[in-house]
Amino acid sequence: MLASRNMRASGARVAAAPAQRAILAARSGRRASVAAKAQKKEIMMWEALREAIDEEMERDPTVCVMGEDVGHYGGSYKCTLGLYKKYGDMRVLDTPICENGFMGMGVGAAMTGLRPIVEGMNMGFLLLAFNQISNNCGMLHYTSGGQFKTPLVIRGPGGVGRQLGAEHSQRLESYFQSIPGVQLVACSTVRNSKALLKAAIRSDNPIIFFEHVLLYNVKGEAGDKDEVACLERAEVVREGTDVSIFTYSRMRYVVMQAVSELVKQGYNPEVVDLISLKPFDMETIAKSVKKTRKVIIVEECMKTGGIGASLSAVIHESLFNELDHEVVRLSSQDVPTAYAYELEAATIVQSSQVVDAVHKIVGATAPVRA
Amino acid sequence: MNVDERRAHAISSWVRRILRACKQQLICTWFEHKAKRRPVGLQLAKDLTGLFYKPFAAFHRTSCLRFGKMQSMLKQRSGVRAAQPARRAVQVRAVAAPVKAATSKSPIVTPETAKDLYYDMVLGREFEEMCAQMYYRGKMFGFVHLYSGQEAVSSGVIRQLRQDDYVVSTYRDHVHALSKGVSAREVMAELFGKKTGCCRGQGGSMHMFSAKAGVLGGYAFIGEGIPVGLGAAFQSKYRRDVLGDEKADSVTCSFFGDGTCNVGQFYESLNMAALYKLPHIFVVENNLWAIGMSHLRATASTAGDQDPHIYKKGPAFGMPGVLVDGMDVLKVHQVAKEAIERARRGEGPTLIEAETYRFRGHSLADPDELRSKEEKAKWLARDPIPQLKKYMIDNGLASEADIKALEDKVAEVVEDCVKFADESPKPERGQLLENVFADPRGFGIAEDGRYRYQMPGFSSGTAVVS
Repeated sequence: MLASRNMRASGARVAAAPAQRAILAARSGRRASVAAKAQKKEIMMWEALREAIDEEMERDPTVCVMGEDVGHYGGSYKCTLGLYKKYGDMRVLDTPICENGFMGMGVGAAMTGLRPIVEGMNMGFLLLAFNQISNNCGMLHYTSGGQFKTPLVIRGPGGVGRQLGAEHSQRLESYFQSIPGVQLVACSTVRNSKALLKAAIRSDNPIIFFEHVLLYNVKGEAGDKDEVACLERAEVVREGTDVSIFTYSRMRYVVMQAVSELVKQGYNPEVVDLISLKPFDMETIAKSVKKTRKVIIVEECMKTGGIGASLSAVIHESLFNELDHEVVRLSSQDVPTAYAYELEAATIVQSSQVVDAVHKIVGATAPVRA
Repeated sequence: MNVDERRAHAISSWVRRILRACKQQLICTWFEHKAKRRPVGLQLAKDLTGLFYKPFAAFHRTSCLRFGKMQSMLKQRSGVRAAQPARRAVQVRAVAAPVKAATSKSPIVTPETAKDLYYDMVLGREFEEMCAQMYYRGKMFGFVHLYSGQEAVSSGVIRQLRQDDYVVSTYRDHVHALSKGVSAREVMAELFGKKTGCCRGQGGSMHMFSAKAGVLGGYAFIGEGIPVGLGAAFQSKYRRDVLGDEKADSVTCSFFGDGTCNVGQFYESLNMAALYKLPHIFVVENNLWAIGMSHLRATASTAGDQDPHIYKKGPAFGMPGVLVDGMDVLKVHQVAKEAIERARRGEGPTLIEAETYRFRGHSLADPDELRSKEEKAKWLARDPIPQLKKYMIDNGLASEADIKALEDKVAEVVEDCVKFADESPKPERGQLLENVFADPRGFGIAEDGRYRYQMPGFSSGTAVVS
């Protein structure tokens, strides 16, 4: 069921609606209401990202935000809601619609001492800013002989949404991954989105921070203002022994849905959320591959030239003798994303495909446990 | 109200507005100038004259509209258009070189400034000619774009910038770097690809950067440097308005050619600079040719003109556009001075179009067959260096001996920089991976758990990083 589209973070308790909470509290008496208050607040991912931006802007006055509709409108996904009232129109800058122009302006500001967060309203629009991202953002530190750094964060929602059409459903991580000098990070949960965005803002490197259109309303707990993740580390979502499934962004939820199915059938897959799409965390990846000896990559990129293509090549080259089976890639079809629901669903990876892949690679029946 | 009553009301309302504006302007001018310790009297006189002149001119114009024949014509038009208010007089205009002539009592520049300009132009010329020689001797490779002939623009604009101001250029950037204060040694070494170059040999001819001198590059794709310049101007304004640094008034100048004026980023930048009132100056070095494409063949004429005029695009975007003779360094100097002062005062950007010419081809690989000999001869006759030399001698700003001394000094500097570049060591393999990331953790974590930059072979450039 495509309720997976609004899948809650696996394992997190879903908070009841406010009205229901009140009724429950009244019924169970004072003890329950005290317990409810002591429970940490669950927020949505857009709120977590907003908190990250707010906290970093408060901590460092050179951090500023630039983008279309980030100021008075509050961001098209509310990631900068109300921040212009707190920080002013210059720190939360509403730009005109000129991606290449304001991306370049962000680069120039970064070179001369500021730390801009440039938002692409949709990652796909950043195709217009490719010139600035590739030539200036990525390469400038090198061509200047190390004289100027570009501590920019380029963030925005990408990925396939709900019938948004081909141009609003693009996965730019595959196009950006060859640019030398940039780091690519993809967040997936409320907790890691806030911690990673904070780390990205503090980093001296240009970071391209991929969010996903359908994950903004995912609920979960976020860390406090000192929790900063490591930008180069992958996250082990579930330990296992049968097969390593490498994934990122929204596909993590698709995989976990498949995993709940597989666990019932007796399989024990290991799920690793890549987080750092470039560079790959080879320590976590190698450890996982050596343990399970089988790899499935589940991604939303196109099959050709995607993140999976790079990861597959790297695993084959450096961990060939640790593999019992060739790396299986489950990627989107090399097809523009159609508007029609059924065609769109056929373009991207579904959880049933993940289940089938695990059956194929591990064996039709669950492995015998000694 | 009848016509007379309306006229009286209009006059009295104008008088009231003028008096109110005078009072406000007087107070503002007084405080601004006292704070900056500038002579108040002259500025006040200028402001008041402007104050009186502009409203009366506007009043005269609108009064003609209101009480003349136009009025009856307007009444006859129906509906929405007649009900719209009269168009506000355009206050920003495109002007062609409003430069003051020099008189014997007030020369345009001091002798020191004139000598500095001369030295800088000759340095630019000799340096570029030496580059041509070195290229043909196989000391430098790739694409080398020489600036010979356009020195007046670089010297005229950049020599009055401070060290904390910024310059952004395109691939024709050697002389911009020299004018801004990057040493000739560093530039020549960079061109030779040596590690003592300003970018450690990693940038090359088209990517001159200097953090010390405020040169933000050197860009190969024309137009991609302009938004970067805007970012530096934004930073200057941010420092003043957000970070509260009252002394932050650095200005950024971006240099580019006529070909760039058809690139989308140019227009995006014009809009943003005017919108945010950034302290940025757009300097168009219109040398009429973009490789083999004549400006007249590539650009549509501006409305009402025979030919395209780039400076007229300034007011369309909300900033003054100025046309100046780019072969006369003193004219460029005057125009740039005003633009820079405007920007420092926070009044926003200016578009300067300097008509100039490159004596050599687009690059050293360009056979330059499309430009006619007559055209080249015409512009060669307007070489800015002999022009300034003649001016200095005629106006007593420098003697022949002074000029000869400057030229000898340049010859010495150029010879020295070639020697330095020749003798400098080449970059080692170890430089390969050093500057890819400002934070080298960006190369990620290797299989054994160490960051890749911690592995042996990283500093010698032989490590596997992906």
